[in-house]
Amino acid sequence: MERILLKGGRILDPSMEMDATGDLLIEDGLISAVGQGIKADGAVEVDVSGLWVCPGLVDLHVHLREPGEEYKETIESGTRAAAAGGFTSVACMPNTRPPNDNAGITRFIVERAREAGHCRVFPVACITKGQGGEELTEFADLLNAGAVAFSDDGLPVRDAGVMRMAMEYAAGLNTLLITHSEEPALSSGGCMNEGRMSTLLGLKGIPAAAEVIAIYRDVALAELTGCRLHVAHVSTAGGVEVVRRAKERGVAVTAETAPHYFSLTEEAVAGYNTSAKMNPPLRTEEDRLAVIQGLQDGTIDVIATDHAPHSVLEKDCAFEVAANGIVGLETALPLTLELCRNRDIEPLRAVELLSTAPARILGIQGGSLSPGSAADVVVIDPGEEFTLSSDKLFSKGKNSPFLGVRLQGRAVLTILSGRPAHDPLGMLDKD
Amino acid sequence: MEGAEEMKHILGMTHLAKEEIESLLDSASSFKEILLRPIKKVPTLRGRTVVHLFFEPSTRTKLSFELAAKRLSADTVSISSSMSSLVKGETLVDTARNVEAMKPDVVVMRHGHSGACHLLARHIGCSVINAGDGINEHPSQALLDMFTVLEHKGRIEGLKIAIVGDIAHSRVAHSDIIGFTRLGATVTVAGPGTFFPCCIEELGALRATSVEEALEGADVVMALRIQRERQGRALVPSFREYAAAYGINMERLRLAKPDAIVMHPGPINRGVEMSPDVADCGRSVILDQVTNGVAVRMALLAHVLAGADKE
Repeated sequence: MERILLKGGRILDPSMEMDATGDLLIEDGLISAVGQGIKADGAVEVDVSGLWVCPGLVDLHVHLREPGEEYKETIESGTRAAAAGGFTSVACMPNTRPPNDNAGITRFIVERAREAGHCRVFPVACITKGQGGEELTEFADLLNAGAVAFSDDGLPVRDAGVMRMAMEYAAGLNTLLITHSEEPALSSGGCMNEGRMSTLLGLKGIPAAAEVIAIYRDVALAELTGCRLHVAHVSTAGGVEVVRRAKERGVAVTAETAPHYFSLTEEAVAGYNTSAKMNPPLRTEEDRLAVIQGLQDGTIDVIATDHAPHSVLEKDCAFEVAANGIVGLETALPLTLELCRNRDIEPLRAVELLSTAPARILGIQGGSLSPGSAADVVVIDPGEEFTLSSDKLFSKGKNSPFLGVRLQGRAVLTILSGRPAHDPLGMLDKD
Repeated sequence: MEGAEEMKHILGMTHLAKEEIESLLDSASSFKEILLRPIKKVPTLRGRTVVHLFFEPSTRTKLSFELAAKRLSADTVSISSSMSSLVKGETLVDTARNVEAMKPDVVVMRHGHSGACHLLARHIGCSVINAGDGINEHPSQALLDMFTVLEHKGRIEGLKIAIVGDIAHSRVAHSDIIGFTRLGATVTVAGPGTFFPCCIEELGALRATSVEEALEGADVVMALRIQRERQGRALVPSFREYAAAYGINMERLRLAKPDAIVMHPGPINRGVEMSPDVADCGRSVILDQVTNGVAVRMALLAHVLAGADKE
């Protein structure tokens, strides 16, 4: 399939500030033209009127579980789920077993992803060896092997001195640190948000302050060192505010949130629902609204899924001992579009949050439909309604609080480098 | 699982309506009469099987539930954590399925995790009674506390109940607050700041700024055991300081109504949360609580199985 012409769609591309009806021509895996009335003899023509044509989505926070926990997810199944969700690039966190703290594992992940071929995969490597919080990993070697950023993920670097050192070293290599900002002395033993619901359910809570304090520490260290810092999954009003103030001061900080933090609150935990258990935990309505405000005013740059597949072994158990995390690759798009339907954000902003901004922050290709770019494209039907069911998920993980929920908006065609990565309607089938 | 919705469970006071609590207390008083007879056994649950699964140490509650089941002529089996498969790595869900395969009618469970009984109830085709789950609830204790108050005061509505101690880590306090307030009492709690969960008012309790304030004019004074095993780290600097600042002693008890009764869910740390002379004084109903525990648990067992009969 050499040439594809997508005709008459609503083209949404924040990189060109374009929101207009038009055509998109793909040739030899690249976008060759975008605009009105494009003619291309011999191209596969697809009528996409009524649909959105956007740069392929970019998720800068997923867990693919391989190597080590292939029973939860593999690079094959996770990237297939990504393609189904409209993603053409994902950045995977290093908390595999063993953790991605050396070039050998990074290369393994890159190689596996290439074999699977569903989606580009950009490994995030550990900041410290074994996520141990003590010795730095070989940043330069890892970058050469394909890593795009560094994070100790769910085991945040406890020692502020080590974190400072990591930031200084990262700044020298002009690379990005991603922090799961959490003060363990406050969160330890907690399994949900500390508040009304934790008291009603008799569960130990994690106060919002655990996130706020840690974001403040990491922002202060970024300010001290000049390191580029990306704050993962901001869940609290206080956290949003710390990032907002830091940006006002000109600190090189960006932030993400996940769809569940603007879609759900701690109420979802009622009945000890382990599908609503994640870290950071679901917060209050006030926090949820503050997160939406952050998405509106630019404090939060990115919507990332924190896709965290688990098997029933980790979820069908008492709430306190259940694993943290939910799958997100196949629900992020409809949940984000819900913000558009509620008039919280414009469609162009949604695409920026899900594609252009994360690509820019990671310094990877993607997030743009400008001619000459790789043809990573998603065609979205914003009106399609469906009920999420576990047997329809491509991810091995079925741990979602949205199972059985009516959602609206879906990727109907995902194109990776000019080839279909997800084409459930057979739009690109040659007749 | 057909008919799973109709299965009666007792998972917590939070799920019991006022009328349901009243009817349980009512039937407990009939069962108490049986306990005062020379032959303390009735055939109510003959041929029924009650399994007691205790994943945490318990003396009083386990004995009380077992006696209650035996007084009702049920067959009983008990498994405590040292002999259970859980220590061999079996999951709670697997344990539940295996227990279910032996066809019991009721499972009474104590577990260290909040919500464990809810999980069990979702996976098992028989009634589940929560005998204490983590720091969440201990409904049979709340019911026996309410029954004891009712016996001594003739009513619950309008009474002022003072609870002093570690509210955050006490499933007894949690269930008592919900139960007593649902029946119209006012519950005031007091203790050091480290003993309170956030949003305690969501449970319906008032928080006093001192023990003295909580005890002032109280009809019922309840002290909770300092539970070192649930706290993780010391929440009070010393027992000495706790006894001096928050312990229930005779002097503090004088602030309560002259006919106020003194309660404690046991086991007591004498000289810490309660001075020995208070524990043993004429107004102490601590041993009545224990006696009433059997009657209340008989009522609970009969209640959940009455539901099963209708199907």
